Amino acid sequence: MNAPVIHNRRDILRYAAAGGALVIAAPIASRVRAQRDGSPFPTPWFEGPVGGFVAINPDETVTIAFPNPEMGQGVDTSLPMLLAEELEVDFDRVSTVQMPLEIMRGEDGEMTWKYAPQGSGGSYSIPGHYEGLRQAGALARTLLISAAAAQFGVPASELVAARGVVRHEASGKKASYGELAAAAASIEPPAEAPALKPQSEFRLIGTPQKMKNARAIVTGEATFGIDAEKPGMLYAVMSRCPYFDGTAKSVDDSAARKVSGVVDIVKIEGPGPTGPYDVQAEGYAVVATSLWAAMKGRRALQIEWNTGPYAEESSGSFKRQCAELLEGTGQIVRDDGDFDAAFANAAETYEATYWQPYVSHAPLEPQNCLADVTEDGVEIIAPTQMPSGASRIVAAALGVDREKIKILPTRLGGGFGRRLSNDYVAEAALISKAVKAPVKLIWTRDDDLQHDFYRPSGMHQLKAGFDADGNLVAWTHRLASASKYYRRPNLPESDYWQAELYPDDFPSQFVNNVRLEYFSARSGAPRGSWRAPAHTANAFVVQSFLDEIAEGRGEDPLALRLRLLGEARELPYEQHGGPVFNPGRLAECLRVAAEKGGYGEKMPAGRGRGIAGHFTFGGYCAQVVDVETDDQGGLRVTKVVAAVDIGTVINPNGVAAQLESGVNDGLSTALRLAINIDGGRVTNANFDTYQLMKIADAPPVVETHIIDNGETPSGMGEMGLPPLAPALANAIFEATGKRIRSLPIADQLNS
Amino acid sequence: MPKLTINGQTVDYSGDPGMPLLWYLRDEQGLKGAKFGCGAGLCGACTVHVNGEARRSCVTPMAALEGASVTTIEGLSDGETLHPVQEAWLAEDVAQCGYCQTGQIMAVAALLETNANPSDGDIDESLTNICRCGTYYRLRKAVHRAAELKSGRAS
Repeated sequence: MNAPVIHNRRDILRYAAAGGALVIAAPIASRVRAQRDGSPFPTPWFEGPVGGFVAINPDETVTIAFPNPEMGQGVDTSLPMLLAEELEVDFDRVSTVQMPLEIMRGEDGEMTWKYAPQGSGGSYSIPGHYEGLRQAGALARTLLISAAAAQFGVPASELVAARGVVRHEASGKKASYGELAAAAASIEPPAEAPALKPQSEFRLIGTPQKMKNARAIVTGEATFGIDAEKPGMLYAVMSRCPYFDGTAKSVDDSAARKVSGVVDIVKIEGPGPTGPYDVQAEGYAVVATSLWAAMKGRRALQIEWNTGPYAEESSGSFKRQCAELLEGTGQIVRDDGDFDAAFANAAETYEATYWQPYVSHAPLEPQNCLADVTEDGVEIIAPTQMPSGASRIVAAALGVDREKIKILPTRLGGGFGRRLSNDYVAEAALISKAVKAPVKLIWTRDDDLQHDFYRPSGMHQLKAGFDADGNLVAWTHRLASASKYYRRPNLPESDYWQAELYPDDFPSQFVNNVRLEYFSARSGAPRGSWRAPAHTANAFVVQSFLDEIAEGRGEDPLALRLRLLGEARELPYEQHGGPVFNPGRLAECLRVAAEKGGYGEKMPAGRGRGIAGHFTFGGYCAQVVDVETDDQGGLRVTKVVAAVDIGTVINPNGVAAQLESGVNDGLSTALRLAINIDGGRVTNANFDTYQLMKIADAPPVVETHIIDNGETPSGMGEMGLPPLAPALANAIFEATGKRIRSLPIADQLNS
Repeated sequence: MPKLTINGQTVDYSGDPGMPLLWYLRDEQGLKGAKFGCGAGLCGACTVHVNGEARRSCVTPMAALEGASVTTIEGLSDGETLHPVQEAWLAEDVAQCGYCQTGQIMAVAALLETNANPSDGDIDESLTNICRCGTYYRLRKAVHRAAELKSGRAS
């Protein structure tokens, strides 16, 4: 799973400290304006005496820092909303900026968060900060009120803060936040965190807000990692060994060195064949005075590679390996009741096998990093989901104390889990150290597609048995895959399954006789977390299989799901997104999506409507997908209707955006995406062979129906994705009678 | 030695004629709104206007630009007054990560010059820029809104 950052009581106090210490006037405002004017990098980091979460400027504008990196998921808006709710300011007077990585050495000598956890992953930004950022806002408000109380000579309890002004009703006295900020900044924060508003008093949370930094994006002023610059900066591109765990046999860099502008060629050692990745592959960096010169230098570089230990691996061989593994007996990771006996005695049985390919994250902004390694310390400017991971990997690569490493995360041109890994940061740091200058490393698209940490590929075999009364009495899910947990330090192979099968997922807790069985397959392809990780594969196979069962039984697919899920109740859920899984909430999503999407209506020939739902990282989502097919194998998704329940909603506009994003990501991936392996290397090299979806295939209508029941909030970055592929496959079956059991769909409808 | 204009300003280029326009804009002119996505003209993140037409600057060599008039996203708006496509993008709140959006906007702005009111079919045929975040639903709405804004402004 995506290494969620859990905060505890101590973290909450730190948020509060940050909120309090930071009601400071001045410097931020000018820096923010500097960015709007289009002045060059760096963007206005909070640093020096400012730090922390919020600055109240003399012109009554407010600047709020969001701690987690923004990669399109909307935390530049939703996280500041949490703070602004308690601060009592008009949100349209708030501008927001990315917080640099703020860590410090704790009492135990280990590095720890200075203010708050700062990673983007696992749909955890909102649940992780829901309480802390409101605490920070409440404390800032409390200090402003205290400052006003001193100024007015009245008790703080008689003052009310609203819309950036503190008022004393009885005397008519008032003062704006801008007027109070300097005095408030010098007030000692109270020992106890102020009480938070009840949900019923929310004025901002739950209202639709547009993305804060949208204007900078549409004018081209937004600065991504790739846009970072420093004086004296050199550019680097790398030639990496394309073979999994291969090495350089020989290199001739004489022609490359002669290319005008090329300054140096630097070897980067590979990660070794078994340990964790620091960098992903062995290679050579071409360092030059311009990016174009570096690219030309790379073309002139002559390298012969050893093909490494996986030279025989291909997509076909890996699939055969998975099929062969499933012939045997695997590791039983959940075993309730007696599956074998129940299946043998079942009145009806069903069985199907499904296949998921490797897929790549392919964020549109290629990996890049600006590293400046000097004797005094290290500065890293990079698009990273895990700035603390960047700090750790640089410390490990260079042997530098983490307190001397400054990490400035930028806006990310997409993440999708790829930038949980900071291998490109390590590369840039090593190159900068070698050439003793600031270096901007830029990956090209082939680098990105061939050196990703891919979503694991695998073969799933499912079996189900029903008794004569139609009760589901036996269920097994057997999975052979190459787990993303390999190469983790101190993690035995017997734990690899944990990243691939989530034992509390539906329908494990709904069947008396259930067995989950895992087979660890070997592959040289690097693996990692890809948006909604194993939920994408498992939702596809489980929700597709349920449709097959419903068809076999002559039962309505929605009705089958609803009766299996049953009534609302709290079931234990030990994986990420727990501790509770309430099947009633998923059932309600299915009912709402079905009703709004007209599920069950008779469709004209060539058309189909499918449904699926899944519980992902604490959020519930169901989707109804409409498809139109033709007899030439053509396929168009014409409409997607979704219902989501993620508890208390912070920004409904952002929820809809993420739902639309999940739908399109799920569709793009299901239609055409697969990473192909041949001869121990990835053969996809650009978007002609890794065909991300374009607008012509995108559904013209995506409807989001939000069920806001006031429950504890989950995030929304990933929940919109898992139901799409199975709902699509189920729709295709209705339209064509063809079952999609293998992804991508590609040209399967032609045959 | 191509001489060209970029956002109305004349520049003389004396470097490698084979260098793509994208790198000249980004690394020599400091115009970073055009983005690098694929380097092969496949994703459109680098889209700019050359003589009013959408062009993928990552595969447009400098040698091909003698006398050309180049407009980048930085030159699309009229000072603080945004182009109708930019306005529509804000109104529909299209962007997520935002990386592809300058290229999308430039592609749509060029489309509207030749097709003032594109149908959904026209959009499907004409717009081949990739958005990895999948903002296509809002993007399509924004194209229609931009067409309305633009014709409204013109009349």
